Amino acid sequence: MIERLVTPVAIVGGGIVGASAALALRRMGLAVVLLERDFCGSRSSGVNYGGVRRQGRPMAQLPLAERAHRIWARLPELIGIDGEYVRSGHLKLARSEEDLASLEAYRERAREHGLDLEIVAGHAFRARYPWLGQRALAGSLSPEDGHANPRLVSPAFARAAARLGADVREQTRVDEVAHDGRDFVLRCGDRLEVRARFLLNCAGAWAGAIAERFGEPVPMTSGHPNMAVTEPLPLFMDVNIGVEGGGIYGRQVARGNCVIGGGQGYGLDAERARPAREAIFALLVQAAELFPELRHAHVIRSWSGTEGYLPDRDPVIGFSTTTPGLVHAFGFAGAGFQIGPAVGEVLAELVRDGATPTPIAAFSITRFTGAERAAQPAAAAPR
Amino acid sequence: MPILTRLAEHDRRPLRFMLDGRPCIGREGDTVLTAVLTEAERLRLSEFSGAPRAGFCLMGACQDCWIATETGECLRACTTFLAEGMRLLTDPGAAP
Amino acid sequence: MTASIRPVVVGAGPAGVRAAQTLVAAGLRPVVVDEAPAWGGQIYRQQPPGFTRPKRALYGFEVTRAKAVHAAMAAIRDRVDYRPHTLVWNAEGERLDLLSDGRAATLTYTHLILATGATDRVLPFPGWTTPGVYTLGGAQVALKFQGCGIGRRVAFLGTGPLLYLVAYQYARAGAAVAAVLDTAPFTAKLQAAPGMLRLPAVFAKGLWYLAWLKARGIPVRSGVRPLQVEGEARATGLLWREGTRERRVACDAVAFGYGLRSETQLADLLGCRFAFDALDRAYLPVRDAAGRTSVPHVYVAGDGAGVMGADAAERAGERAALALLQDIGTAVDGARALHLERELGRIQGFRRALERAFPVPADWAANVPDDLVICRCEEVRAGELRAATREAGAREMNRLKALTRVGMGRCQGRMCGTAAAEILAQACDTAPEAVGRLRGQPPVKPLPVALARHVEPEEVGR
Repeated sequence: MIERLVTPVAIVGGGIVGASAALALRRMGLAVVLLERDFCGSRSSGVNYGGVRRQGRPMAQLPLAERAHRIWARLPELIGIDGEYVRSGHLKLARSEEDLASLEAYRERAREHGLDLEIVAGHAFRARYPWLGQRALAGSLSPEDGHANPRLVSPAFARAAARLGADVREQTRVDEVAHDGRDFVLRCGDRLEVRARFLLNCAGAWAGAIAERFGEPVPMTSGHPNMAVTEPLPLFMDVNIGVEGGGIYGRQVARGNCVIGGGQGYGLDAERARPAREAIFALLVQAAELFPELRHAHVIRSWSGTEGYLPDRDPVIGFSTTTPGLVHAFGFAGAGFQIGPAVGEVLAELVRDGATPTPIAAFSITRFTGAERAAQPAAAAPR
Repeated sequence: MPILTRLAEHDRRPLRFMLDGRPCIGREGDTVLTAVLTEAERLRLSEFSGAPRAGFCLMGACQDCWIATETGECLRACTTFLAEGMRLLTDPGAAP
Repeated sequence: MTASIRPVVVGAGPAGVRAAQTLVAAGLRPVVVDEAPAWGGQIYRQQPPGFTRPKRALYGFEVTRAKAVHAAMAAIRDRVDYRPHTLVWNAEGERLDLLSDGRAATLTYTHLILATGATDRVLPFPGWTTPGVYTLGGAQVALKFQGCGIGRRVAFLGTGPLLYLVAYQYARAGAAVAAVLDTAPFTAKLQAAPGMLRLPAVFAKGLWYLAWLKARGIPVRSGVRPLQVEGEARATGLLWREGTRERRVACDAVAFGYGLRSETQLADLLGCRFAFDALDRAYLPVRDAAGRTSVPHVYVAGDGAGVMGADAAERAGERAALALLQDIGTAVDGARALHLERELGRIQGFRRALERAFPVPADWAANVPDDLVICRCEEVRAGELRAATREAGAREMNRLKALTRVGMGRCQGRMCGTAAAEILAQACDTAPEAVGRLRGQPPVKPLPVALARHVEPEEVGR
């Protein structure tokens, strides 16, 4: 016997974006059904590196990132746990004069968006970060950025949404999506049919299929960031570390484990990913060089995930141009964890108001489909 | 009182090593675990609770028997043979 | 045609040695990778050079088999590429990642026989992380490999054949055995006796150990429930319940275990299909009677493919090697292959009876107190596992791991995986099968950050 649900809003994907949207919608008093094929926050949202940073993002993302920054400050109030979130600061390292010039240029541009960064160089740099290897010459510090535990944070958004009344269905794969001229009709095998006026496409690396289904193919590719964690070590790394130009990132959690990432793993199949041996080796070499404290440490686990990347590395966020009521939010290019909660709020506003005060024009799907403008939103959702 | 007790194979060449700054004597063919636990009650302290640990499976599976050296390395005590002159620490965090 | 065949055997216990021997007999030159410094596996582990006890003293009734396995490997030593003291820390594609003395290397294969063995199945009880508490297998290794006892006065606890064997070995070696405490009721053994008579010699050995221990006045109890290891800096005593009575024995060490669990990480990393095995109460690689897994050219043999003991391992190793030979088109003795499969079937029947005689305590999970540490690496307590189920809806092992860190530590769930699955299943009022299994992650064991990279000559030309 098939279960039939009718709801104003259906969300496909229980990652941090979809779950945040569900939570924001419930806080507005809107009914919502969230469909997650695995467990909420068990894919990229739950296995990412855990960086919570604004620094380094393209300018267009900074308004969203600022909005997210304010949400992260209220995490326990919103989701009931602190998620090991700490504002440790985020230090982006320069390994050459060119890197430093690039960091300085970024600082100037970011300042216009209200993000204050501090360039630390010379003796001050060595004195402040004596545990960094000699290859790091200087850094750009974003004092209020930090890191959190994605394993805990992302599922907690879904639980918080469920506590506020969201109908969260885990291990529920959406097999068919259609629009009957009025509503979206989602079928999950022969178990469940959901009809909804709005559909939020938050399906991460698998969101391209839904966009394509509604005539909006995007050139999304899958990436598999490579990550590893050491055994617990005495605390030394008091800031979340990135590197200009990429290649490696690292943070130390309160229990002492150092989480390091860099390079790409590989997709085991359509759904699962593994770290790649060459990437692990490259990561270890860089980690030992950048963090000499790790020279006697052991890696105890490594992992990867599957994340969607668009060619310009910006996400798609906003209304579909083909189908009223369809809202996309995907393609976060391995950097969706920090902005996810803000994207969720934006999606909720798009559903409720048809617009959001946060600038998202840069993330329109039209930059890939060539369509001129976003479709009109569906009629405002019933309260 | 030490954890392990030697029941056989007493006649092996003695090997000197240092444990927490104290000179000790093991035997050639001892694992680090054997050498330490015939002298002491622990290999390390848990990073989280601080409780003493002295290994568990003795076959390289449980990873409970890692012990620090004075130079900051970590040895899996049950699968590493004792070598003359090793300098081992059961609590590397303790003041020297 | 065999020139292009590059077989690798992982593990040099009874299964790995017999597999390698069979491949050598067919003209192949296998690589044998083993973590131990010498062949023999855990059961026939050899003592280090310079130790002088005769094999009879080390292996007891199994001395003939131990000698045979040792001799088999010694005889083919020059015809295999033997890599002792070498960990396979990752398997990906048709390559194995090796680690030996801090040096990394990669090994390619065309055919792979995994004979990775087993470790003790651990069901924690209060005080189990106290110094002086070891697994039964660990207690045996201390004696066999190092000539040491885990204490002066040792209590043995749990269930399974190893319980009586190790207690006997300790007593023989001159240690005081404080007590032998079997969690299985004596009636279970009576009911299992007919099945165990399938292997009368093995059954008789078990009875003999029991009689020997009792004859020396060593307390041997059945149907016990462990309560607590006393002591903080080290074990000083053991408390247990027998019926309605609490009992105590003074001891300075405790060895415990509940049978064995297979080491299956490499099969998992290679993508072999797993299925729940009711007898082992664990997920195991799916295999045919010859040891073929669901992944072509990957075979499993011995206790790493499901616990059946050393005699079965020898046969399974040989059978898997014959399967490999069959698969590359080499003519093999079909009658021999069939004979091996029949023997394995017979041992499997005995093993079923053993499980009845030494059942894992059915009410273990229900009786675990909330403050008991289940994961000794990360010090995750039973109450945290139950809370994750109750409050965060965890009903699957990997979810439980993500939410609580159970199985996330250095040992990757080897020690806590069984226990965590039992607790999760109990908390969800379901069977262990329904909660799944922890996914394997490389490295299989800790990997030094500062490892030296060794490039194989074969790789240079690539």
